[in-house]
Amino acid sequence: MVEQTARDDVRVIRTGGSKINYRRPLFSTDNRYLLCASGDFVKVYSTATEECVRVLQGHKNLVTGIQLNPRNHLQLYSTSLDGTIRLWDFTDGILMKTFVVDFKLLALYTSAADEKSIFAIVPKDNNEISGNFQLVSINLPKSTDQEVAVKDVTVVLDDVHQSPKSIAFGREGQFVASVKSLELCVLFFKRRKYYRFPLSSKDRKGANNVFTCVACHPKEDCVATGHKDGKIRLWRNISNKQEYTYSTQHWHHNVVNDLIFSAEGTSLLSGGVESVLVQWQYKSETKKNFLPRLGGAIEHIATSPDGFLHCTSHSDNKIITIQSNLTVSAIIQGLVKGQEVLTDLMLDPRSKALVLNGKPGHLQFYSLQSDKQLYNLDIVQKEYIHQSSELNQTQVVKAAFDCQGTWLVTVEERKDETTDLEQQMKLWAYNEEQQSFALNTMINAPHESHISALCFQNLTGSRSGPATLVTAGLDCQFKVWILGDDSDIYRKCVCWSCDFVGTYHHLQATNCSFSEDGSLLAVSFEQIITLWDPDTWDLKCTFCHPPGKIQDLAFGRLSCSKYLLGTTDNGFLCCWNLLSCSLEWSTRLNVKVLQVDPLSENVAAFTEFSQVTDLFVFKPNEPRPLYMQKNVCSGLVQWALFVPREFPEDYNSDGKQWLARSQLYFLSASQNLMTFSTESVEERLTSSSKHLVIEENIPMTPLHVLLGKHREQQTNFVSEAKQTALPEGSATIDEMLHTPAHVLPNASFLCSMFVNSLMISKMGTSAKEEEVEEMDSEKEEDESDTEITLVEDEQETKEAYSAEELLPKLTKSEQKELKKLRKIDFSWIATL
Amino acid sequence: MSSYKPTVIQTYPKLGNKVTQDTLYWKNYKSPVQIKEFGAVTNINFSPIAPYNYAVTASTRINIYGRYSQEPLKTFSRFNDTAYCGTYRNDGRLLAAGSEDGIVRLFDVAGRAALRQYSGHTKAVQVTAFTSDKYHLMSGSDDYSVRLWDIPSTTELHCFKEHTDYIRCGCTSNLNADLFVTGSYDHTVKVFDARMDKSVITMEHGQPVESVLLFPSGGLLVSAGGRYVKVWDMLKGGQLLVSLRNHHKTVTCLCLSSSGQRLLSGSLDRHVKIYSTSTYKVVHSLDYAAAILSLALAPENEAIVVGMTNSVLNIRHRKHNENKQEKKKKGPSYRFFIKGKDYMPKKGDLLVSKPVKFHLKKYDKLLKGFRVSLALDAVLETNVRVKTPEVTTGVMQELNRRGVLQNALAGRDEKQLSVLLSFLIRNVVDPRFTSVLVNVAEIIVDIYSSVIGESPLVDNQFLKLQDLIEKEIDYQEELLEVLGMMDTIFATMTTKKNAVVCGNQNYALIAGPEEEPMVVA
Repeated sequence: MVEQTARDDVRVIRTGGSKINYRRPLFSTDNRYLLCASGDFVKVYSTATEECVRVLQGHKNLVTGIQLNPRNHLQLYSTSLDGTIRLWDFTDGILMKTFVVDFKLLALYTSAADEKSIFAIVPKDNNEISGNFQLVSINLPKSTDQEVAVKDVTVVLDDVHQSPKSIAFGREGQFVASVKSLELCVLFFKRRKYYRFPLSSKDRKGANNVFTCVACHPKEDCVATGHKDGKIRLWRNISNKQEYTYSTQHWHHNVVNDLIFSAEGTSLLSGGVESVLVQWQYKSETKKNFLPRLGGAIEHIATSPDGFLHCTSHSDNKIITIQSNLTVSAIIQGLVKGQEVLTDLMLDPRSKALVLNGKPGHLQFYSLQSDKQLYNLDIVQKEYIHQSSELNQTQVVKAAFDCQGTWLVTVEERKDETTDLEQQMKLWAYNEEQQSFALNTMINAPHESHISALCFQNLTGSRSGPATLVTAGLDCQFKVWILGDDSDIYRKCVCWSCDFVGTYHHLQATNCSFSEDGSLLAVSFEQIITLWDPDTWDLKCTFCHPPGKIQDLAFGRLSCSKYLLGTTDNGFLCCWNLLSCSLEWSTRLNVKVLQVDPLSENVAAFTEFSQVTDLFVFKPNEPRPLYMQKNVCSGLVQWALFVPREFPEDYNSDGKQWLARSQLYFLSASQNLMTFSTESVEERLTSSSKHLVIEENIPMTPLHVLLGKHREQQTNFVSEAKQTALPEGSATIDEMLHTPAHVLPNASFLCSMFVNSLMISKMGTSAKEEEVEEMDSEKEEDESDTEITLVEDEQETKEAYSAEELLPKLTKSEQKELKKLRKIDFSWIATL
Repeated sequence: MSSYKPTVIQTYPKLGNKVTQDTLYWKNYKSPVQIKEFGAVTNINFSPIAPYNYAVTASTRINIYGRYSQEPLKTFSRFNDTAYCGTYRNDGRLLAAGSEDGIVRLFDVAGRAALRQYSGHTKAVQVTAFTSDKYHLMSGSDDYSVRLWDIPSTTELHCFKEHTDYIRCGCTSNLNADLFVTGSYDHTVKVFDARMDKSVITMEHGQPVESVLLFPSGGLLVSAGGRYVKVWDMLKGGQLLVSLRNHHKTVTCLCLSSSGQRLLSGSLDRHVKIYSTSTYKVVHSLDYAAAILSLALAPENEAIVVGMTNSVLNIRHRKHNENKQEKKKKGPSYRFFIKGKDYMPKKGDLLVSKPVKFHLKKYDKLLKGFRVSLALDAVLETNVRVKTPEVTTGVMQELNRRGVLQNALAGRDEKQLSVLLSFLIRNVVDPRFTSVLVNVAEIIVDIYSSVIGESPLVDNQFLKLQDLIEKEIDYQEELLEVLGMMDTIFATMTTKKNAVVCGNQNYALIAGPEEEPMVVA
């Protein structure tokens, strides 16, 4: 989780938004949970509610494969690039075992035939660059230790493809099929027979026979393979080198990304770039069912063990669960990544959500608190054509919110080689009733060239006037748009229209920014910053720092509002004083991103020097920076944003002071969302989140409150009564009740021990037994350390136990005594 | 999952008048019936009762017309001189008229000769009106006097001589039998009460008053004179509420629509303007061939009757769509369609609404199935490409966006190609479509350059297109020259602010050659 630890306790942490489409997701056997690898974690989603129920944390690197334990379906194996295989109890979120393999594990398989070992793809000689990979069988040793080093690694197949989709295990694990480039290999385990089925590489009629994925029929000896040109081949009779057959199906017009047989083998599911899920009837492949327009390209397909649910994971970081009748039942959507963030990071002032480019032609609203996408706003409103070859689609290139969040402006562009630039500016008004943005004004070709920047005027209390928007274009103009009243007797409506067009020496307008109170507009024209009065649109003043062209522009806030900050492309950060109209200071810094905290005077600057990004936080009126951090992350930081905190933090030290009011988020080069945080905040957050989980289990209905009170009374009463009945100081019972059920030995084994413990130690029980008991309890103690104790639950279980234990109080010895008593003749009483 | 998103068809702001409910309503009249009268039509008055005949005063006669009659049903011609202001009583049985000779005559609508004559005015009487109690008659004359007559006994009850110029208009209150209003050429509008000896309210209109009108509620008074229409608040003692100047010649007549929501004014500038009575904004305007002297609306706005100086009576009847409905073939019974639809959900019922079915256009259906050539064919059908060229262009743009425009355009025979080329010739210089269609034209030239010379029809159209584009280029060059000249002029005028060019509101919306002439203007 922690990427780097810096001094002053301020750390760069990943806040979420990691990929959930990296590997094929997995259903639990009861269909209740969907498990997927996400960055360094394994996430457990509920299939019913789409909520993330649990996050399995522990791997130090990317998780590359997950499989259920074939011997226990409540346990999960996961592999990671950190060279470990971990065994989890995913319902409780507990790490049970760690197997250290010392290989970079790229994929994980389990086989029904061989339950003792698991299979993984590893690079040959642990050297990834060689491009030579092997499928190995890893024999997991039986051991009680938490961490076990695994030595028993045997190579099964040599020269395999590194993608996990290129290997599949056949009917009951009898054979394994592997595809690489133009060859299908099948290995039968029992007979140790190895077959190779090559295809010709001839590129005839646009055919491209390169294999992309493979799946095996669960009941028959049939292998399905997907190909680069969209063909699907079904191979039969594969145990015969000469007389094998294959049939070809061709529906996909592009690469088949994944295919899988349904659990019973009655149908085959395939998907690709077209984002259409195709269901083929097995043995009558001409019958097909389609589920089109699923979003991004389909990356993986998985089915549940009972065949009721399928799920597809998509390139736009999304998992869709689909019922067996091909209706969508749930969508799990992560932060959409994988394309350039053209719009920059923004904050929706209403929902406090992070806003950036989402699906093609959409803006996504992403909640930072819950690490969840709130909704998508369709900006372009055109049918998206899925095609692997580059189609010039319309893209949302710029967007901005006004300070109250009532208006949103978006600019979409499409550039073709042959045609002119298609550009549209859309203004969206927030609709309170629908709780969403509705299109208000659409302007065709607002500028003759690309729009380089746009911003709304901040209308604070003292200023009045119509809402104002400024756009700067590379056609050497900046335009002012104002909100006008367009209502007549038939309807009430407002719309935006152009009010003013400004130019400066026919230079390209590259940036624009309003001061905090909206009383001054700064527009940069290549090297020159011009200041305009928004009331009269008069040019007031110009600044420049030759020969550098202005890259970024920002006004200071609060007490520093008299300063204007600018960065130049020749590596200078300049600060001008607006009162004296002179350069206050300048420094040699190659600033890539300049962000101003809206709630304080602080300014964050990400600088780049020889591929290393540093962060400086400073106040424009102070000579020394408040905070510096070298090497924030590898690669360039291009997008950053200050997000105001809901409740200000209380920091005493200077180094953390700048985090008090707002939090700084940034997107790293690999498009991970990072933030700066301190330990104390993290701890509080995690504890509160756990607390929440408990509460969320039971909804707080009036009935629940009533019932809860009633129960509480009852239990109090009962427990008082029973406390006395319980044998005191029974360590074993305590141990047993504190230990989670899954680590306990079987009940028949425990029973005798438990009964023994209840007996009054009259005669010396055999020393042996005691030893065993002690050993067990020690072991149990070890493991109980790791678990999270839920106090309330415990209480209840204890009571449940004690209630049961009240009745069978008679032990064997006591029964024997009873029997003896019965045999005694009591006839002498009668004589009395 | 998300459904198919239909092709975006650009909508362009329409220049000129917007289409509103009012334009639709007031345009929904049949072509006019014109009737030639003997002289300028000075007054039109509708009978307030059922067949809604109307009296038209022109020259020395008063003609009564029926609703659809081309010929007068009846004519009152017993006037020695010009007749004025033939007005129905509110029961529709009596008609009063003034005359140039100063005598007010009363007619029975069924009879021919005058029932009564009221003499007393010394000059022409141009205003007559019945009071709402039916027993009195008000008259205004060029001798500056306003008189109130008792109808049965022909005696003069009152004579007000407060005006100082000709009295040319007047009306009585619907609610109070004693109240009436007169407008005079002395620029004033006076309100009289028969119970008082003199006028109650006097309002300065500012111009000779040609027409006055009381609202049915009696709260508002409208006067017309000169180019102005003024609305007065009677309840505030005659305070000016609003002054309208929408005509550019004298406003001669006023009229209210039957609902009281709209006010109509006719003028010598040959226009009838229709105002909303809530905002007093012009919502529609009607044009006529000659200067308008009189105007009346039939009850329920069934007809607009306008009298003009060229002695033509213009009648426009409302269109009704009943005929169209009759033509429709008889379908299943009404009961069939409402079956189960009138069921009111009871308390506790769970309402499951039927999913709304979206119907895609033909081209969208084809585009959804990736049949691009057929989609292009669908939008090149005559009615689509002629009536809505923006749809054709929109689909072409969508095809280009999908990268299949070339495929869709290729492989066409002579007939289809000529259709395409004629569409291009028609629309390529339209600034709304130029950017898309130039690209289409380029692709067509690329594809079909090899077949040039095989068909005289296509060759001819290619030549036409070439000619058109050359002309357009010349035109644009000229416009740029003009623009350059204007820039230099502006630059010399505004030496200080040379950096600033003020923009037109619709600058971004109307690009292209249409804009430059506007700038010149």
